[in-house]
Amino acid sequence: MTFLGMPAFPANAAAAVRDSQLRFNLRKATHTIREKRASVVAELPDWARLREAGKQIKDHTLRNLERYLLQMEEAVTAAGGHVHWAADAREANRIVTGLVRETGESDVVKVKSMATQEIGLNEALAEAGITAYETDLAELIVQLGDDWPSHILVPAIHRSRAEIREIFLEKMADWGRPAPEELTDDPRALAEAARRHLRERFLSTKVAISGANFMIAETGTLVVLESEGNGRMCLTLPKTLISVVGIEKLLPTWRDLEVFLQLLPRSSTGERMNPYTSTWTGATEGQEFHLVLLDNGRTRVLADEVGRQALRCIRCSACLNVCPVYERAGGHAYGSVYPGPIGAILTPQLRGMSSPLDASLPYASTLCGACYDVCPVAIDIPEVLVHLRGRAPHPRAERLGMRAAGWVFDRPERLARAERLAGRLRRFVPRRAPGPGPLSAWTETRDLPEIPAESFRDWWTRTDGGTR
Amino acid sequence: MRVALFVTCVNDALFPGTGRATVTLLRRLGCDVTFPTAQTCCGQMHLNTGYPEEGGRLARHFTDVFADCDAVVVPSGSCAAMIREQYVRLARVPASTASTASTAFAERVAETVPRVHELSEFLVDVLGVTDVGAYFPHRVTYHPTCHSLRGLRLGDRPVRLLEQVRGLDLVPLPAADECCGFGGTFAVKNPAVSAAMCADKARNVTATGAEVLCAADNSCLMHIGGALGRQRTGVRTMHLAEILASTEAVR
Repeated sequence: MTFLGMPAFPANAAAAVRDSQLRFNLRKATHTIREKRASVVAELPDWARLREAGKQIKDHTLRNLERYLLQMEEAVTAAGGHVHWAADAREANRIVTGLVRETGESDVVKVKSMATQEIGLNEALAEAGITAYETDLAELIVQLGDDWPSHILVPAIHRSRAEIREIFLEKMADWGRPAPEELTDDPRALAEAARRHLRERFLSTKVAISGANFMIAETGTLVVLESEGNGRMCLTLPKTLISVVGIEKLLPTWRDLEVFLQLLPRSSTGERMNPYTSTWTGATEGQEFHLVLLDNGRTRVLADEVGRQALRCIRCSACLNVCPVYERAGGHAYGSVYPGPIGAILTPQLRGMSSPLDASLPYASTLCGACYDVCPVAIDIPEVLVHLRGRAPHPRAERLGMRAAGWVFDRPERLARAERLAGRLRRFVPRRAPGPGPLSAWTETRDLPEIPAESFRDWWTRTDGGTR
Repeated sequence: MRVALFVTCVNDALFPGTGRATVTLLRRLGCDVTFPTAQTCCGQMHLNTGYPEEGGRLARHFTDVFADCDAVVVPSGSCAAMIREQYVRLARVPASTASTASTAFAERVAETVPRVHELSEFLVDVLGVTDVGAYFPHRVTYHPTCHSLRGLRLGDRPVRLLEQVRGLDLVPLPAADECCGFGGTFAVKNPAVSAAMCADKARNVTATGAEVLCAADNSCLMHIGGALGRQRTGVRTMHLAEILASTEAVR
């Protein structure tokens, strides 16, 4: 039995596993956030009930999504904003590009947004001659380094401060105010360099693009939670604000938000409350506001009874920080803006499983269940992984092997015969199997167990259950 | 008490000693142990690798074989978790597509699954014992395994059993709740990450200075033990049943 062709995730992960700097960074960062989260969650005696409330609010909203989306549209419009509907990435990019063009500007500032990364907005804007400047510190590092984010919350988790210093010294000048020549790798100095660089950008740019953590249907309000204050500047300073938000981000009421303002900061940064929470409703004085509601596969996910729970996700990244696979493989191995366990169930649902990478993502887990335990909206990630594996395309050799194994297990006498055969051949099992295949994948780092001369069932029959 | 043993395919084929130890232990505690020979596999490998057709067939076979048993004991956390969690999911068929066969399966799952117990659950919850009269004069560390810990929620049952074993020096395993990296076919589909996880687990095991690594699941032990053996650590692996079955007479 051999598993044909190593799919993409295993190959990506194998390269990442050999990167000692990456392993060190990931281990340190994930364990630190993991412990912080555990301690602030343990403070709340009603965490389990909050979690259940979060799950039920999201499920209720998703079941009535159409109604709440229309309510949201009406409220935003009434408050002077403009609402646009985008069925897919291409349509969303076209809408946003058009809106920026109408302003006559060629620069936009961005507050960190997963949705715009999902649709590749920066690249689409670049094609139209528009430069998007990322303003979240970690996103700035990623952008200057011509790199990809590798974590939902801390996108530059894979970079050390020495690397960040080099990136700032080499690249900041290309994008605006250069880094000071005497820049050290002291986190304070790095943050100050970014602050000065970004401040100039905020004051001179007239168009901003954001995402949102939540949308409140009853009043048409958008909510952004952040730590740095850069987001707030992004949301308030420019003359035009365009927010691109996935349709699953809705909450019916402000009362519902109360639950999530407790769940999200504790789950993501391990804080009781995040430093900045911005809310805005429609257009404010002197600012034009556009809301782009993004589907891009979400309606299809909603149609899947098991898979739809992934749409409850509030992008806290608690599942990444406890995942033993993410900790070793890093975010880039998942080939998506959504890495880690949530990415392993979200990406194949949003993009489908036609590429080898996407088909390999449901298998990027040991089903250890740590992700489900920490998920603030109780997404049963292992359940969805197993569900998606049932729909994933399987390599032919694996399919044949599994079919043969199933045939053996169908009848106890076939299993007994297979066990006797293995017992007879036990002396010929190599310590290291020649590759490729599952046996050599195992024996490369692990000894095989010794095959017994007699199976349990043969022992039972021979000794009449150990009585003779 | 009459008890049917579901030995599991992994124990049947690779670790028959665990099956024999389970029989010895249960008999010593006064159980009448039977082994329905029609049993094969719970279907975990197939279901968790994405082969619900074969997995479902094996689940139906399991529920047929064990339908009339008062109690089924499973010396494997992951197989017991498979039966308890996934059989119930498999049986959940929307009314619109339900057939006579699916209804019959759902009924059988509802009858059979509550009577399936992982070994330590059976000892502590059903028989109500923690001191099983065992003697094992060695330093042991215990790995709780993911499906025992987060699937079955075995809690401290295995540790309470081990604490009552005479002569046994139980030492805590650092980062015990972290997965060892086995994950069934994950171990061969993602060998690099699996090995990296296992290296950390093996390092934590050797750091305890234990002679024996114990768990309630031989598949995880096969994985960690494979690395401990390859690295010549001299640490051996033993299923919980084998330690609990040990007595002075046997030693």
